[in-house]
Amino acid sequence: MLDIKNLKASVEGKDILKGLDLQVKAGEVHAIMGPNGSGKSTLSQVLAGRDAFEVTDGSVTWDGQDLLAMPIEERARAGLFLAFQYPVEIPGVSNAYFLKAAVNAVRKHRGLPEFDAMDFLTRVKAEMKAVGMKEEFLYRAVNEGFSGGEKKRNEVLQMALLEPRLAILDETDSGLDIDALKVVADGVNRLRSPERSLIVITHYQRLLDYIVPDHVHVLSQGRIVRSGGRELALELEEKGYGWIGDAGEIHAAPPAAGGAQ
Amino acid sequence: MSAVDTWVSAFHAGSAVQPGADLPWLAALRREALYRFADEGWPTRRHPRWQHTSLAFMDQQDFAANTVAPDAAAALSRLRADNEGHWLVFIGGRFNAGLSAIGALPAGVQLSSLAEALDTQPEAVQAAFGSATDGDSPAALNLALATDGAWLHLPRGVALDAPVHLVFIGGADTASQHLRNLIVAEANSEATLVEHYLGEGEATTLTTATTRLQVAADARITHLKLQQEAEPAIHLASIDAVQGRGAHFASHSLSFGARLARNDIHTRFDGEGCEALLNGLYHLDGRRHVDHHTSINHAQPRGSSREFYRGLLDGNARGVFTGRIIVAKDAQRSDAMQRCDNLLLSRAVEADARPELEIYADDVKCAHGATVGQIDEDSLFYLRTRGLDDTHARQLLTYAFAADALDRIALLPLRKQARAALLARLPGAELLEELL
Repeated sequence: MLDIKNLKASVEGKDILKGLDLQVKAGEVHAIMGPNGSGKSTLSQVLAGRDAFEVTDGSVTWDGQDLLAMPIEERARAGLFLAFQYPVEIPGVSNAYFLKAAVNAVRKHRGLPEFDAMDFLTRVKAEMKAVGMKEEFLYRAVNEGFSGGEKKRNEVLQMALLEPRLAILDETDSGLDIDALKVVADGVNRLRSPERSLIVITHYQRLLDYIVPDHVHVLSQGRIVRSGGRELALELEEKGYGWIGDAGEIHAAPPAAGGAQ
Repeated sequence: MSAVDTWVSAFHAGSAVQPGADLPWLAALRREALYRFADEGWPTRRHPRWQHTSLAFMDQQDFAANTVAPDAAAALSRLRADNEGHWLVFIGGRFNAGLSAIGALPAGVQLSSLAEALDTQPEAVQAAFGSATDGDSPAALNLALATDGAWLHLPRGVALDAPVHLVFIGGADTASQHLRNLIVAEANSEATLVEHYLGEGEATTLTTATTRLQVAADARITHLKLQQEAEPAIHLASIDAVQGRGAHFASHSLSFGARLARNDIHTRFDGEGCEALLNGLYHLDGRRHVDHHTSINHAQPRGSSREFYRGLLDGNARGVFTGRIIVAKDAQRSDAMQRCDNLLLSRAVEADARPELEIYADDVKCAHGATVGQIDEDSLFYLRTRGLDDTHARQLLTYAFAADALDRIALLPLRKQARAALLARLPGAELLEELL
C-alpha cells in the first residue's frame, strides 16, 4: 500500500506540491485529474525519485518502507514503475539491449534468474505483439524517431515486462489518437490484478472510458481538492476545471452535473 | 634528451643503415628534411597550427625503450581473431616477416614493406614519397628518420575484398619508431586500410607516422586508424590524401591511447566531384592530450565533404579539434559539413573545437557546429527508473554518445573491433559487454 501524507515539494524554490494526501491500496486504480500546472507530473516524478524536486515536508510510505529514502533504481527494482509523459530518446542504444538490461536488473533484485538472450526474446516478442509493436522496434535505438504513439506503446511494453506492483501513468493518453489510446488502455488493463496498484494521471476523462478507475481525485494548486468515484471524472468532463478557484479552494459546490450524482 | 641535436645525432648514426640509404635522391631528401627540422625545432604555441598543443617540452623529454619485449604474437592473434585481411606487422619500426601474413593478392597489386619496395621499385616509391616541406617540423623529422612502413600499389580497376591491416608495435630496444606508409590507388581501385598502433609498458616512447594516399579518379579508399599506444607514449602523425576526379576517401581516426597524440589529417580534392568522410572518436582520461588537426581542401568544383568528430573527456584530459575547410575560388557547388561534439565526464577537462572556414567560391553549402555537454540528466533519470544503477546508466549513455562515430564505420568486423577497443577503456564495461 502507498500512503502519501502531507507531501510538499518544490523546484528551484517554487512550491509545487503543498500538502498532498493520498492512499492507494493493492489492486486499486486511482485516477488523478487536474488542470495544467496543478502538480500532477511533479507528483509522479517525486514518487519515481527525480532529484530536481526537493521534498520539503511530508512522507511517502510504501509497504512499510520510506519510499523517499530509496534511490531511483531501488524503487524501480522494488516494483515501482513510471510511464513517462515524454519518454526519452537514447540514440546509440538498441531497444533490445535497454529492455533486457532493465528486466534483468529487476529480476536480479527479486531473486529471479536473469533471462538469457533466447528467453528474453521469446518473452519480449510476445509482449510486443500484445501492444501492437513490430519486431523491428527491438533493433532501433530507444525511442529514437518513434512517433508519439510508438513511444507510449514502448512505455506500456516496459511496464508489462517489468511487472510492477505500483504503476504510475503520467498523461499516457496525451498525443494519442483513439486507436492508439485503446491499444495502450488494453495493455494497461491486462496488467490489472489484485496485487497491482495503478495511478493514472490525466488531464482528460477520455482515457478513463477505457481504464475504469476505482477512485478519482482532483488535484489543484498542489493539493487534492476533491475525491470521488468514477462519476467525478464524468462531472469534470462536463463542467471543466473552471469551478476550482485560483487558490485551489473550492469557492462553491460544483454545479450539478445533469443527474450524474 | 630529445633536444634537436639528439635527433640530428640519431640521424647521422642511423642514416647509413636506413632502407634505401644508397639512393641518392632519398639521401638528399632525408638530409633536407632533417635540416628543416633542425632549423624549425619542435612547434610551440606560437605556431598557428599548434596553438593548443605545444611540443616545446620535447626539448627536455627523455625517451626510453621498454625493457620488456611486447608479446606481439599474442596481440596479433587477438587482432586477427575476428578479422580477415592482409597483415603486415612492424616491431619497433621494422617490418617483421615472421609475424606478417600478406596472403594472396589480386594480379598486379603490390603490398610490401617500404624497405622492400625501395629495393624493387625505387622510382615508383620516389614519386609517392612526399617532400621535406610537407606538413610541420615533426613530419619533416619523420621523413628524415623513417625506417620502414607499408607500400601499397593498387592497379587500375582492382578492388581488394579484405582489408589491409598494418600493425605497429613498439619494440623492446627502441625508444622511438618512425613509420612512413605510401598508398597509391589508381583509377577505379578500391581498398580498406587499417593502421593499428599498439604498445605496452611504462617507458616514454615516441612514435612518428606519416601515411600518404594518392586516390586517383573514381577510386574508393577507406582508412581507419586505431591508436592504442601505452599510457606514457607520445604519438605524432599525419595522414595526407590527394583525391582525383570522383574519388572517395573515408578517414576514421580513433584515438584511445598515448599521453599526447597529434593527428594531422588532410585531404585535397584535385578533381571534380570528390567525396570525403572524416570521422573521429577520442576517449581521454588522466592527463592525456589529443589533438586532431584536420583540413579539407575543396580545390575543385562539386566536391562533398562530411566531417564528424566526437570526444569523450574524463579526468584532467584535454581534447583539441581543428577543422579547416578551404573552398577555392572556382570550386563552385562545393558542399561541406562539419561537426565536433564533446562529452565532458569530469569538471576538470578542457575541450577545444575550432572550425576554420576559408571560402572563396560563392555557390557553396558549408555548415559547421560544435557542442560541449555533459551526460543528459533526463536520460539518466529515465534509465534509473527502469532499474539500471547510476554507474550502468552513465556507462550506457557514454557508450551511446560514442556509438554515433562507431556506426559510421561501414565494415562490421572493424566496427566491432573499434567498439571493443572503446569498451575496454570505459570503466564498468563488463556491464555493456552484451553490446558487442
